[in-house]
Amino acid sequence: MDDNQNLGQEDSQSKPGEEKKEMKTSTTPRSLADVASNRSIKEPGTNPLGSGLEARGVHAWFGSKHALKDVTLDFAAGTVTSLIGPSGCGKSTFLRTLNRMHEFIPTAALAGEVLLGGKDIYASGTDVTKIRLRIGMVFQKPNPFPSMTIGQNVLSGLKLAQIKAPNTDDLLEECLERAGLWSEVKDRLNEHASALSGGQQQRLCIARSLAVRPEVLLMDEPCSALDPGSTFRIEETISHLAKTMTIVIVTHNMQQAARVSDYSAFLLSDGGPGELIESAPTSELFSRPRDKRTEDYVTGRFG
Amino acid sequence: MTTVEMRQVETAKPGRPWRATPRERAFAIGNFIAAFLLAFVLVKFTGLNGKLGWVFGFFFSYISISFVAEYVRSGKPAAQDSLLTSVSRFAVFIAIIPIASILGTVISKGWRGLHWGLFTQDMSQATVNDPITNGGMLAAIVGTFIMVGLALVFTLPISILTALYLTEIRGKFSGAIRFLVQAMSGVPSIVAGLFILSSIVYPVTQQYSGLMGALALSILMIPTVARTAEEVLLLIPNELREAGLALGATQWRTVAMVVVPAVKSGLVTAIILGVARVIGETAPLLLVSGGGDATNFNPVSGPMGSIPYYVWKSFLLGGTEESSQRTWAGLLVLLIWVMLLFAIARYISSRTKKG
Repeated sequence: MDDNQNLGQEDSQSKPGEEKKEMKTSTTPRSLADVASNRSIKEPGTNPLGSGLEARGVHAWFGSKHALKDVTLDFAAGTVTSLIGPSGCGKSTFLRTLNRMHEFIPTAALAGEVLLGGKDIYASGTDVTKIRLRIGMVFQKPNPFPSMTIGQNVLSGLKLAQIKAPNTDDLLEECLERAGLWSEVKDRLNEHASALSGGQQQRLCIARSLAVRPEVLLMDEPCSALDPGSTFRIEETISHLAKTMTIVIVTHNMQQAARVSDYSAFLLSDGGPGELIESAPTSELFSRPRDKRTEDYVTGRFG
Repeated sequence: MTTVEMRQVETAKPGRPWRATPRERAFAIGNFIAAFLLAFVLVKFTGLNGKLGWVFGFFFSYISISFVAEYVRSGKPAAQDSLLTSVSRFAVFIAIIPIASILGTVISKGWRGLHWGLFTQDMSQATVNDPITNGGMLAAIVGTFIMVGLALVFTLPISILTALYLTEIRGKFSGAIRFLVQAMSGVPSIVAGLFILSSIVYPVTQQYSGLMGALALSILMIPTVARTAEEVLLLIPNELREAGLALGATQWRTVAMVVVPAVKSGLVTAIILGVARVIGETAPLLLVSGGGDATNFNPVSGPMGSIPYYVWKSFLLGGTEESSQRTWAGLLVLLIWVMLLFAIARYISSRTKKG
């Protein structure tokens, strides 16, 4: 039911798609701020679907190493937020605290709260598998399941979490369509996923995480292993998905942050734990950064 | 334009410019002949003699001659390179001698003893010194099948779950258990037999049986299968596990649906290697399964024969031409089984790499 409504909304909101075409045809080089300001900023709460995510004073440790210090950041429902910063600043660690993947590292420790729809996902008694169903994740390296076909990969989440879906054929098509892969694989759903290119595999992984209908999608440098063409396709996919869900994306590519995100947050570590330096609407962060360190980073003076 | 291009296409021939030129080949052959001559001189005029003398004489001459020749022609680095190449070639040669010799001897001496009755008769009506057409290995083959099969049934769940504990659960005792499993793979097989003998056969069942044999074989098989399975499971990238967990699966769902299917063929290989490890075990079976000459299909009662036992008995109680032929034929059947298992394991693992 919900998804039908979403699809209806997508049709009526054709504006972002037009912007994309504009960007593509423009040949003059533009500054990051220009690229970012070209996006229509989504106000928090404009999309009633899904839940927002709020990090409250999140700290993270690996053993005795303090990796992340006191990050408080809101991810409003239906927005795209990019986390930027140099390597080792803790952005991936932060991302992994948001769906409780952090705890799989044996020495990991944590403090603070992460609220999904107002409820702390770290509260005792929380069913962590349900949390990860609601907060999906796409990893840096495409990781389709090698023993499964393309179709099985997309629907694997249902089987893994033992969810019954009435019409898996429709779901399969819908997820691949939303991930921008349907036209390329619709005739080869029974082939193994390893037959796909890296970019296609990554979009397959996106389709796979969509099949369990998450409200939030976390993406950990999803394009860092891909060529520009595949990167472009995935950015398109992200813009498309943002109409129905909340997205948090870690990226090293500031052009990408400017192109896809409504909000950006800059994290930095000066040898110690990573800290949140500044967060703002993306156009603002790139055109009028408040902090000198942000300005240095986004203008490429370090990092 | 087009004609020029066409001609170019026609004249272009696939070649291999990196291959040895005739001159280089002549140089290598020259080295070889010189080494041969030097070896001849060594065998003729020094204390070296016999086949072994030839082998070592040739080895020594070839290494020194090719080293010196390469040094003169291309300098020190190339000479060192060629030295290492010839030494490792010789090492491979030495390593292959016993294997090839075993295979050759068993096949040449064993094949004459092969006959159809070997697979349809047992030794209950024959002695080892009877003509080879009298009696056969049926009891031994049935016994080996039952005992190895039962051992497989016991081993499979224990060793695969142990491997999963070590790689997936990574519990507190992983280190200690890994150490124990490794130590267990060094346990002499007769110790496994004595353990079953003193802990079960004497105090409890008080009779030889195939089941006891299977238990002794399991003790030897578990560490092999568990270690190989652990190694294949460790090859699975962590990203795959995380992908499953991030989709809202429990750990066991992820293991069962993602991790194990991804290493299915590796686990099959582990199992086959385990079987190959125990199929030729003799000592523990002598101690606990007794030795049956009559075909026994019941693993819980009565002594049970096995192929290694058949070989052992034919050799020990024999002394005639017939018994020796029996021994070699038994060895050949056993060897064929082991080689077949390894071939299957190799085939399965090579198929995985491609797919």
